[in-house]
Amino acid sequence: MMLRKLTLAAAAVMTMASGGAFAAGGAGYVENYDFSFEGPFGSYDPMQLQRGLQVYTEVCAACHGLKFVPLRTLSDESGPAIPEDQVRAYSEQFEIFDPEIDDFRPRVPTDHFPESGLENAPDLSLMAKARAGFHGPYGLGLNQLFKGMGGPEYIASLLTGYTGEEREEAGVILYENTAFSSGWIAMAPPLDDGWVEYADGSPNDLEAMSKDVAAFLMWTAEPKLNARKEVGFTAVLFLTVLSVLLYLTNKRLWAPIKRQAKDTPAE
Amino acid sequence: MAGIPHDHYEPKSGGEKWLHRRLPIVGLMYDTLMIPTPKNLNWMWIWGIVLTFCLALQIITGVVLVMHYTPHVDHAFASVEHIMRNVNGGYMLRYLHQNGASLFFVAVYAHIFRGLYYGSYKAPREVTWIIGMLIYLLMMGTAFMGYVLPWGQMSFWGATVITGLFGAIPFVGEGIQTWLLGGPAVDNATLNRFLSLHYLLPFVIAGLVIVHIWAFHTTGNNNPTGVEVRRTSKEEAERDTLPFWPYFVMKDLFALGVILVVFFAIVGFMPNYLGHPDNYIEANALATPAHIVPEWYFLPFYAILRAFDGEVWIVQLASLLTGGIIDAKFFGVLAMFGSIAVMALAPWLDTSSVRSGRYRPMFKWWFWLLVVDFFILMWAGAMPAEKPYSTIALYASYYWFAYFLIILPLLGVIEKPLPQPATIEEDFKAHYAEKTGGTKTLVNPAE
Repeated sequence: MMLRKLTLAAAAVMTMASGGAFAAGGAGYVENYDFSFEGPFGSYDPMQLQRGLQVYTEVCAACHGLKFVPLRTLSDESGPAIPEDQVRAYSEQFEIFDPEIDDFRPRVPTDHFPESGLENAPDLSLMAKARAGFHGPYGLGLNQLFKGMGGPEYIASLLTGYTGEEREEAGVILYENTAFSSGWIAMAPPLDDGWVEYADGSPNDLEAMSKDVAAFLMWTAEPKLNARKEVGFTAVLFLTVLSVLLYLTNKRLWAPIKRQAKDTPAE
Repeated sequence: MAGIPHDHYEPKSGGEKWLHRRLPIVGLMYDTLMIPTPKNLNWMWIWGIVLTFCLALQIITGVVLVMHYTPHVDHAFASVEHIMRNVNGGYMLRYLHQNGASLFFVAVYAHIFRGLYYGSYKAPREVTWIIGMLIYLLMMGTAFMGYVLPWGQMSFWGATVITGLFGAIPFVGEGIQTWLLGGPAVDNATLNRFLSLHYLLPFVIAGLVIVHIWAFHTTGNNNPTGVEVRRTSKEEAERDTLPFWPYFVMKDLFALGVILVVFFAIVGFMPNYLGHPDNYIEANALATPAHIVPEWYFLPFYAILRAFDGEVWIVQLASLLTGGIIDAKFFGVLAMFGSIAVMALAPWLDTSSVRSGRYRPMFKWWFWLLVVDFFILMWAGAMPAEKPYSTIALYASYYWFAYFLIILPLLGVIEKPLPQPATIEEDFKAHYAEKTGGTKTLVNPAE
């Protein structure tokens, strides 16, 4: 009874609170795509991350960077799990200026991904956490409580959200996009059906590729997601057991006091 | 007021006697842990332990985080990413610290509203209340400065907006703002001093927590009836109380365990739910975010700050009377700090002779309206500063002030309180008596 009240109170505070924080911004439409890493037990699908890496490398990397992501992490078991020799070979395609030799050299796995090549193309390392979907309702934040923050969903929705309409504004061509907050985005449609060919023959329509690269960008933003959920699950399990034991201890401790109060009613 | 009579520590072995003559530290710990505590404390009396836990959690995680953090505008954001990616368990430390702040504020608000309902602020506990308010203010300062450290967009722009409040003070404002920032704008000097103070203030809070506990150990705990423990003899006191150890330690630990289940579920499964996505974008002085929103725990007071714009009659009146010295911006700042000041003055604004809200039939309604008002303000603080939200925020702000400045003083005069139990023992027995006994008082929703 008290337990329920405490939980409810906590939930109410959290809900009210966060709801508000996200009420602002983001009026675009975000489709609630399913991802393997959702929910308390979800985890990354290494095959999907590898496909996403391919889309990123062949398409996004032309303009965008991932400056916070060390290349070596591509071989993480909880990430794309690419063998180390392949990561080494992959790294070499990007050059880096090395002040020690005062010259450019190929990157090695301990280097990071390159920065954005285009000045107005934002870095994508954290994009899946820097964007959100599922605002509301009425600024209460309940949608994000049940559907998640909607970062990767936002990315996939943005990539699939082009309507084909375009217009020019102050010399810049803007493209209509149903997910983008203002409705018109400066980035030209970067992807379309079949633009990337997967080696394993996985579906490469626009939606499938968008989801793959969105999953990959969620991994670049939150590489420790699998480990974090395991810690969370272990902590919740142990604390639940501990709480039950403390409840029983407390009940037993107070039992004689309460019995005495019951047996000798107030005068 | 003399303390509640109880047994004191008596050193028994030779070693204990040796130490006790030189440093009575075991006696201090014994007396602190064995303090007689009212039997009838309900589940709203568990937040103190939760708060102590939060302070310890924040200090421990914070001390480790700062080992890996770089307080420089060019490296701060990247160093947080370094913590998240490369430091062993760094993602957990950071998420615990980040969400730990939210748990801290959930607990402090529950603790404060508990005090407001049961009249814990009333004589002789005014000093406990005032120290608590100081702790709360320091918590807000610490949390605000901590939020700047990751050097994200919301960090930077939040710091710009909040330090700008000091710039609204007439004549000296700009000087104070520059002095606070260490320059004309939020920059490296600001980041450095915010880290220094963010590290210092928790230890000041820890010191004040000791004084807070010292104060209420002197007066004794309040309890849901507001009736004082009988102190004429040890026997009588023992019928009203139980020692803190083990009875309340176990009860509080159980409550803490349940709260931590929820807390770890949030940290493990949705650690960014309470944060703002914009803070995962590195600070950029040239790009203002579409909406600058503080963290949830500041929203009620942020709403009060924004509610008083130039359209409001009371603002126009203040401006007219002071010859324009108090403009809308400064009025908002005064209202925000005033909203906390009136809460701190509650012991002197509340004129009722009855301590606990349980026996105050009219007070109850106004109190719960204040709780609702708090949530409305929180919600309004997150909404854009436009109609109808600004109007809602304004009336909610009026109520906040009216509760403390008009309703509390007035209720003491016009309200006819219900009969209170003679002793805590009587209340405790009534609570556990057989239902057929009919002595059980009305169950209050807060209990």
